[in-house]
Amino acid sequence: MMAQLVFYIFTAVLLFSACMVITARNPVHSVLFLILTFFNASGLFLVAGAEFLAMLLVIVYVGAVAVLFLFVVMMLDVDFGQLREGFQKYAPLGGCVGGILFAELVLAFSHWEMAPSRAAPIAAPELTNTAALGGLIYTHYVLLFQACGLVLLVAMIGAITLTLREKATGRRQNITRQHARTRADTLEMLELDLGESVADRGGFLRPKSSYNEIAVPGSFGLVPETPTNEVASNKEKGA
Amino acid sequence: MGVSSFNWAIALPEIALALAGVVILAGVVLQPKGEGFLPATVLSGAALLGCMVLVLVAPQGHGYAGTFVNDGFARFMKILVLAGALVAVVLGASYRTREQRTLPFEAPVLILFSTLGAMIMASSANLMTLFVGLELSSLSIYILCALERDNVLSSEAGLKYFILGSLASGLLLYGISLVYGFAGTMEYTGLIEAVRSAAIPPMGLVVGIVFVLVGLSFKLSVVPFHMWTPDVYQGAPTPVTAYMAGAPKFAAFALFLRVMAGPFGAVAPRWQILIETVSVLSMVYGAFAAIPQTNIKRLMAYSSIGHMGYALMGLAAASMAGLQATLVYLSAYLIMNAGTFGCIAAMRRNGREVNGIADLAGLGKTDPGMALALAIFMFSMVGAPPLAGFFGKFLVFAAAWQAGLYPLVAVGAAASIVGAYYYLRIVKVMYFDAPDQALDRPAPGLLLVSGGMGLATVLFIAVLGPILSFAHQAAIALVG
Repeated sequence: MMAQLVFYIFTAVLLFSACMVITARNPVHSVLFLILTFFNASGLFLVAGAEFLAMLLVIVYVGAVAVLFLFVVMMLDVDFGQLREGFQKYAPLGGCVGGILFAELVLAFSHWEMAPSRAAPIAAPELTNTAALGGLIYTHYVLLFQACGLVLLVAMIGAITLTLREKATGRRQNITRQHARTRADTLEMLELDLGESVADRGGFLRPKSSYNEIAVPGSFGLVPETPTNEVASNKEKGA
Repeated sequence: MGVSSFNWAIALPEIALALAGVVILAGVVLQPKGEGFLPATVLSGAALLGCMVLVLVAPQGHGYAGTFVNDGFARFMKILVLAGALVAVVLGASYRTREQRTLPFEAPVLILFSTLGAMIMASSANLMTLFVGLELSSLSIYILCALERDNVLSSEAGLKYFILGSLASGLLLYGISLVYGFAGTMEYTGLIEAVRSAAIPPMGLVVGIVFVLVGLSFKLSVVPFHMWTPDVYQGAPTPVTAYMAGAPKFAAFALFLRVMAGPFGAVAPRWQILIETVSVLSMVYGAFAAIPQTNIKRLMAYSSIGHMGYALMGLAAASMAGLQATLVYLSAYLIMNAGTFGCIAAMRRNGREVNGIADLAGLGKTDPGMALALAIFMFSMVGAPPLAGFFGKFLVFAAAWQAGLYPLVAVGAAASIVGAYYYLRIVKVMYFDAPDQALDRPAPGLLLVSGGMGLATVLFIAVLGPILSFAHQAAIALVG
């Protein structure tokens, strides 16, 4: 009875927040509702007795994926209004297709049958969930596990090749030069009387050396000094 | 489950290829900027070649706790996939010229990983292996499509393929989950037993099979799941298009044949009509939609849609002869497709790539060798005897005829005749139109590919016997 009650509460909140994810106007709210959805799903896992999956869902999806989503939503300049532009136009058609598909699936699911050979429930093994999953993932399905690792490697290669620009556009420092600078090279300390400004002393004092001295050649719009230097610095990076 | 019963050695080619890929990547990253492409290409090519040898010597059997199988069919498909990838790597090396250094050194490595995924697909004995292999293969291709970052078409191709591909993967996965819900297992051996045990296949299972079929059809780019094909083929760098039109298609076909003839073979009457429909639509659409095309890469996209339709005909026949015919068809398609893309990659004028069919005008006078090769491929695609394409088409038609699929054969023949129009139009443009400015001299690697494949297309009849027996063994391994 209690378990059923908890199940329905989790399910209701889950469905509600899942709907809110796609209807919320503010994308940040969407992500927050997504996190709520994940929490409720993990609650459902707990009700089903799958405590390891529940924790995994919270750690991986809430801890990493949802935070990543938040980063993307906040840091990228995505015009969500523009994204929604075609929504009104295509909503009826999409709704029709979705409705038909949903009706078909309801038909399919309403008489769910399992294969006669498999209808018997599987006996519970004498292991904790975590140990059983570990045995399955790392021993039984080791080939698939390694193949999944390769999928992630390919994703990493892709992220780097598609986004890494060889032409540097940001300000970058030559760290060695920056470390070699002392305070005396860059700063001039002045004792000023109360109410007196630097302008009164004859104008703004520029730092003795500018940022440009320690900037990496080619960054921040600077012309590379000489081609030989560029190659040398690349070799340093390679080593 | 003991680790010793894993039969580790049966995945030797895959393991070796994966290690080679990681080592090549690590080694080339340490090279100075801009100098890694050639070593990466040479090493990837060598790895693919070595893997081909390993495929031939690797022991056969089941292993990895029922997730992996190595049999005659897997071997046949892996050889096809590796050959397709090798050609693409050679094309990539020759495609990157002094003027056009758009491909980074990751390109051959990604082709290598994609091939690895395709090989895992060919060897799948479990729906999970199928999915992981498919994702490895597809993800690499999404990236390969978008590699020319400064080209809008290339980025569009990558994004389009990625989004639609994810949707298809989702459908496939949903279908797999429904099948699992019915059978309680994802291993093909268990599935065969479970599907046979049901007197009337329940609705859930049928819906699951249809979803799996849709997901795989998308990867094959058959109508009505073809929308992405023309844009992606046009936008992707030419060597990548050559790769996409070859190896992943073979792998998807391997899955199609393995899954449909194996676990779902017992309910063949339920899905046969779907395969027939898809096959007919693809043949007709591929023939008619290609007619107004002016870009040769787009034309090849529609051509590949049509060819997949013909190849599916063998599966629709659901017989041993049909499977064998499909395998021969795919071998012939590999050869003529690789050769055609070798010619397309060679189409440059003043160092810039050109892709219009009109750019081929007068090629018969300005570059008779390449014109001859392209003409051979076009005649082979039409199915003119005694070229490679003829045997594939003939066997597929014969198998469908034997299975009593007369309407399918009739539509196929009609689509062939329509298709002949646009293939032969290229020949006409090359030989009878007034010569435009001559194309640049092609790189030696491209000459090697198109010349070699041209020769193979003409001499296909000489190796037909061995290929037939190889395909026969593969079909036996599949159906048992």
